[in-house]
Amino acid sequence: MTIMISYLFLQHYWWIIISLLAGLLVFLMFVQGGQSLIFSLPKNDIQKSMIVNAMGRKWEFTFTTLVTFGGAFFASFPLFYATSFGGAYWLWIAILLCFMIQAIAYEYRSKPANVFGKRTFDIFLFFNGSFGPFLIGIAVATFFTGSSFSLNNFNQVKWATPWNGLEALLNIRNLILGFAVLLLARVNGLLYILNTIENAEILKRCERRVIFNSIFFLIFFLFFIISLLVAEGFAADPSSGIIKMEKFKYLHNFIHMPVVLILFLTGVINVLYGIGISVFKNSKKGIWFTGPGTVMSVFSLFLVAGFGDTAFYPSSFDLQSSLTIRNASSSFFTLKTMTYVSFIVPFIFAYIWYAWKAINNKKITEDELRGDGHMY
Amino acid sequence: MIENVDLSLVDWSRAQFALTAIYHWLFVPLTLGLSFIVAIMETIYVQKGKEEWKRITKFWMTLFGINFAIGIATGIILEFEFGTNWSNYSWFVGDIFGTPLAIEGILAFFLESTFIAVMFFGWNKVSRRFHLVSTWLVAIGASLSALWILVANAWMQNPVGMTFNPETARNEMIDFWAVLFNPVAIDKFLHTVSSGFLLASMFVLGISCWFLIKKREKQLATQSILIASIFGLLSSLMVVYTGDSSARTISDVQPVKFAAFEAHYQGKDNAGLVAAGVLKNSGEMIGEKNIKNFVFKIEIPGFLSIITTGNKNGFVPGIIDLVKGNRDKKILSFDEKKERGIYARDVLMDYKKARTDNDSGKIEVIKAMFSDTQFQDNYFRYFGYAFLDSPEDMIPNVPVAFYSFHIMVLLGFLFILIFSLALFFLFRGTLVRNKWFLWIALFSIPLTYVASEAGWILAEVGRQPWIIQDLMPVSAGVSKISSGSVMTTFILFAILFTVLLIAEISIMIKQIKTGPENQEDKNQ
Repeated sequence: MTIMISYLFLQHYWWIIISLLAGLLVFLMFVQGGQSLIFSLPKNDIQKSMIVNAMGRKWEFTFTTLVTFGGAFFASFPLFYATSFGGAYWLWIAILLCFMIQAIAYEYRSKPANVFGKRTFDIFLFFNGSFGPFLIGIAVATFFTGSSFSLNNFNQVKWATPWNGLEALLNIRNLILGFAVLLLARVNGLLYILNTIENAEILKRCERRVIFNSIFFLIFFLFFIISLLVAEGFAADPSSGIIKMEKFKYLHNFIHMPVVLILFLTGVINVLYGIGISVFKNSKKGIWFTGPGTVMSVFSLFLVAGFGDTAFYPSSFDLQSSLTIRNASSSFFTLKTMTYVSFIVPFIFAYIWYAWKAINNKKITEDELRGDGHMY
Repeated sequence: MIENVDLSLVDWSRAQFALTAIYHWLFVPLTLGLSFIVAIMETIYVQKGKEEWKRITKFWMTLFGINFAIGIATGIILEFEFGTNWSNYSWFVGDIFGTPLAIEGILAFFLESTFIAVMFFGWNKVSRRFHLVSTWLVAIGASLSALWILVANAWMQNPVGMTFNPETARNEMIDFWAVLFNPVAIDKFLHTVSSGFLLASMFVLGISCWFLIKKREKQLATQSILIASIFGLLSSLMVVYTGDSSARTISDVQPVKFAAFEAHYQGKDNAGLVAAGVLKNSGEMIGEKNIKNFVFKIEIPGFLSIITTGNKNGFVPGIIDLVKGNRDKKILSFDEKKERGIYARDVLMDYKKARTDNDSGKIEVIKAMFSDTQFQDNYFRYFGYAFLDSPEDMIPNVPVAFYSFHIMVLLGFLFILIFSLALFFLFRGTLVRNKWFLWIALFSIPLTYVASEAGWILAEVGRQPWIIQDLMPVSAGVSKISSGSVMTTFILFAILFTVLLIAEISIMIKQIKTGPENQEDKNQ
């Protein structure tokens, strides 16, 4: 049986995969959110140890998702990889540095003779936890606000500012999304701790912080969403590929893709519900709602950025250099090959789920930490 | 693509990538090999059920974890540097190169990261068998990850399975299996992975010998030595075998690199293999580069011809033949290749002009040219030569290639001897008495790192000036950012990598000195 698959279909399919990975990545940044609290949340060393270990058993998932996100983006939309990484150099280097220091911090923090002391590695964790989500939020915001670059005839990038990506930090909308992602990671981190750790004092301190972080998250998130809906967007003419500014473009995308709108609203409602039951009912299951809610919301925001003939990586400097899922993608053959590979993904989810459950079957307590043989 | 590029930018970008790769490669081979050694030890534990084997397994597993973490830290930088520092390259080949990188993430990294959590935290939570399977999956995941990144690297050394699309100005994949089963990829994977096994075996052997010197942990040490010596001996034989076939493939697909690591300038029949030698400037020049000759050399007559052509009288081209051409042997000169490369580039420029002028007739004619195999084989395959200025630009740094190759090979044979002696003394029961050997085994650990890094230096310096063999020189692949920016990040990375390495070595030494007793308890 031969199924005819169009190039356009594969481009859309791969944008869905990228969007899904982005959603998962933002959810999994609950690890970073937890890390950003390690100096303020615990009252003593053992409490800190419990929090670090709760996060430390999951950090590799976040890290691997980030690396896979990069690899999949490279394979499916190489022009984005070449343009953004090679152009917004300093922004990406800053993100990489944040994640690089995380990779050793868990393993080395409590090992004897670690030269720089536990506190240094805890600062690394805090740094990664705070700046990682914030900077990723900034980078993602440029998908909607645009960057300053141009491409020549051979698709080679030239960045229009000498700041090579750092100028994104001066855009208020970018900053708002950066803070929103950081605060969401913190809320998810707190809800994950509520769900995983059994220690009355930690839980009590968590509850207060959930309220505080949630309020600020909602303020920043609402600001960003409203500014997105009323903003001009980068629309691509499907036949000529010419990019034009269109008023209310992202609002139009939501309206023209009701499934995405429903998905987005379901995601937001889930996040709100998760926060709500944690705050008002003292439930520890909040993460089970905010987690999927985060994935759905981010997933649908990415779909709005790339679908509906929209430039997903727009250039505010040279409109016609903007990247769309059509002009930035790999060839038909490569996308098709990668699509076969993507069929393995459900199997990967299955074994991650299985392994995760197998080692998460006990709540983290002081005794559990000591009895396990490996401790961060 | 046609613009001049600031050479200091190219140099800093190369330096940064080299720095990251060299640091990354300090940790990866140990991860590759130690994961299998730990898996073998745990298998014995599960089969025999003796707690002593669990203790041994956990000791080496702790060292594995320390090393693994820093490998990840340097690895993420390496992956993204293709984009940050080599963005023109990333576009030119992203259609092919990105695929193995993505598959590496999807297939290998998730396998590793999922089951490493079970490996470290699952001892009291999952069954013995599930734990054992997890340990094996981590080992397999590590090697799978090596497979895909080496497939990507091999494609740069020998680009296959693609065609150039003038519309997008990039190479596009047309045959995935050709990319995966690229002969360079197969050689490179087997050679690299087995060299990692070798390094890890020496690591285990050397540290175990140190315990014997200190008269501590005799049982752990001898049992570890047994496994490390057998695994190490088999691996080192594999390294020799795959190294030989690797050299043969290189002589075919990268003849200049091959000639450079043998410092073979003048092509000849019945060419001898230089087993060891010292180079000096001869005074003769190719352009601005001095031709080297030997202060002294130990040569095996006819052997170079045999390993490359299978025949003692086979002709092995030298650097001079490859630069100046050799009509009898049908080798094109640099000038001829450059002329063809310029022609291919001009055709591409014509295409872009036709596109701007909307000249559909011309567009179709040129498109047809690019899909014509004659044009591809005779012109486009020399595309990269259009970017080179003078003949000597196609010659890599010969002394670096020559010495790194010979250091690697000589050390490789030394390691076979060390593993064989370890087994010999072990079976005769005289290991502890031969203290000199225990010290040699301990001091051989850094030598395996030297050999391993030398291999990569040879592979990467030897292929210069190409980022993609014959298609794109490094100067054309670099991201156009200020050299000051790259210099700054180079310094930043150099400091950070070094700081982390110091912490890693210090922790590792402390853990080894502590030994397996109450290792985890002492962590607090």
